[in-house]
Amino acid sequence: MSAVTSTPAAALPERTELRVVRALAAKELRDALRDRWLWLYGASFAVVATGITSLAVSDAENVGFEGFGRTAASLVALAQLVVPLMGLTIGARSVAGQRERGTLAFLLSHPVNATEVYLGIYLGNMAALLVAVAGGFGVAGLVAFLRDAAVDGVDLLTITALAWLLSVAMVGAGMFVSVFARRSSTAMGLALVLWLGFVLLGNLGLMGTSVATRVGDATLFFAAVANPVEAFRLSTITVLGGSLDVLGPVGTYAVDRFGDGVRIVTVAALLVWAVLPPAIGALVFRRSPDR
Amino acid sequence: MIRVDHLTKRYGDVVVVDDVSFEVAAGEAVAFWGPNGAGKSTIVRCILGLVPFEGTIEIGGNDIRRRGKAARDALGYVPQQLAFYDDLTIAETVDLSTRLRRVALERGRDKVGELGLADHWDKPVGALSGGMKQRLAIALALVADPSVLLLDEPTSSLDVAARESVLEVFEKLRDDRRAIVLTSHNLDEVGVLAERVIAMEAGSMVLECEPSELPERLGLRAVLHVLVRDVPSAVELLNGAGFTARENSHGLLVDVPAGGKGRALTTLHDAGFEVLDVDVWR
Repeated sequence: MSAVTSTPAAALPERTELRVVRALAAKELRDALRDRWLWLYGASFAVVATGITSLAVSDAENVGFEGFGRTAASLVALAQLVVPLMGLTIGARSVAGQRERGTLAFLLSHPVNATEVYLGIYLGNMAALLVAVAGGFGVAGLVAFLRDAAVDGVDLLTITALAWLLSVAMVGAGMFVSVFARRSSTAMGLALVLWLGFVLLGNLGLMGTSVATRVGDATLFFAAVANPVEAFRLSTITVLGGSLDVLGPVGTYAVDRFGDGVRIVTVAALLVWAVLPPAIGALVFRRSPDR
Repeated sequence: MIRVDHLTKRYGDVVVVDDVSFEVAAGEAVAFWGPNGAGKSTIVRCILGLVPFEGTIEIGGNDIRRRGKAARDALGYVPQQLAFYDDLTIAETVDLSTRLRRVALERGRDKVGELGLADHWDKPVGALSGGMKQRLAIALALVADPSVLLLDEPTSSLDVAARESVLEVFEKLRDDRRAIVLTSHNLDEVGVLAERVIAMEAGSMVLECEPSELPERLGLRAVLHVLVRDVPSAVELLNGAGFTARENSHGLLVDVPAGGKGRALTTLHDAGFEVLDVDVWR
């Protein structure tokens, strides 16, 4: 055996190092790409998205390129359901699962800090979700292109980018839940509750609240964009140049109040969701009593 | 090299490690010995900085709480429960560990080779046997030539053959000028690997001595099951020689000090009894 030559203490910075985050993110991505759940989600998403864009082919014969308005709306509706589920469950399994298997302790026994580990897992999952979301939409777009369907490439790319942003927001929320759960199954359960909350109750609750309490349009609009799934839906509508009439008086308020800037508000809401949960999650994880 | 001062760890109202202090110098090997639940593994988790605790822990002069990365940089750790990413190959696992430790991959490959795993470089870790995983854990612990080696029940999950071969590896490491901290509930293992042993009970240090002194100082006993031809005469002989022996359905049971099992056998042998078989029952 060779002689002991430990690194001088002063040479190793205590601050978060990108080098370490990058190494951990690469490992996480490699690990995620071997995860059957990611492929299952990605494949299911691709199949349904392909089905939707294929329908645009027959639509195009009747209504030309306007057909993509309906196709885009269908793709957005699909992404609203599947992408949050994908992001939340992948995020929820990450920290709790690694804690349960003991691999978290393996990572933390290295000269790394908790923030580096958390960010590494987050970024790795972000990249894995990019593969799944882009793959799903990509397959759908390719099939549409080959069949000469009425699909606007730029619109498809925009939906893909916003859907990925939604997945990033959801993986951050899932990881946040994962920090508190001792078991992976508990984290998954909490993630499913969150998914129901975002996808179903958020919308219905908002409608119910508006009827029951007669709150103002401004409050309702901000309550809507505070839900990442709604923020995604409104982002796609506004960025693709759609009308917010679907929101009724709330939509009218948003357009009157922000004008064209409404798209910035909705995308910014999504960005806040992509940044805030992982930032708070990293802080909580760093101070977590038992990792 | 490693200094632990008034370490206390509580889970709620339960104290699992109670005011433990010790130092391990370079070139020294110290074992924590005790039954399950004595607090040995919790001490290891505190040393690694995985759990909050009261007191102070310094590794190579670095406080594990304030300079955790620098402290862990001096540490090589072999865990009790081997937890790797089963889908990653040995190559990918070593690549990750060497990147996190700022060491060249080649060095990791050399360590893996030294521990007899070179032919398995591209195999998924999940496909390795328990003994091979243990060797991988040792290779990863040694990859940066750490000045402190932390071994948490390092052979507890191994069969006899794998245990022997892993113990040989650890014995060689004792030649280096590094500090070794080991936890074990196996007296033989402590005797082979450590020159000082700290006995733990219910989270507290109850004794510090040389491994050979431990059984007697703690009054540890063992029961031998001995197979001889004339069992009644053998029992009479042992009881007459000061042992407590009794007949068993197919042999005899004799109560002996844990560190002096051979004396009962020598007594039988010297009196002309042929010992056909021996088992340690407790």
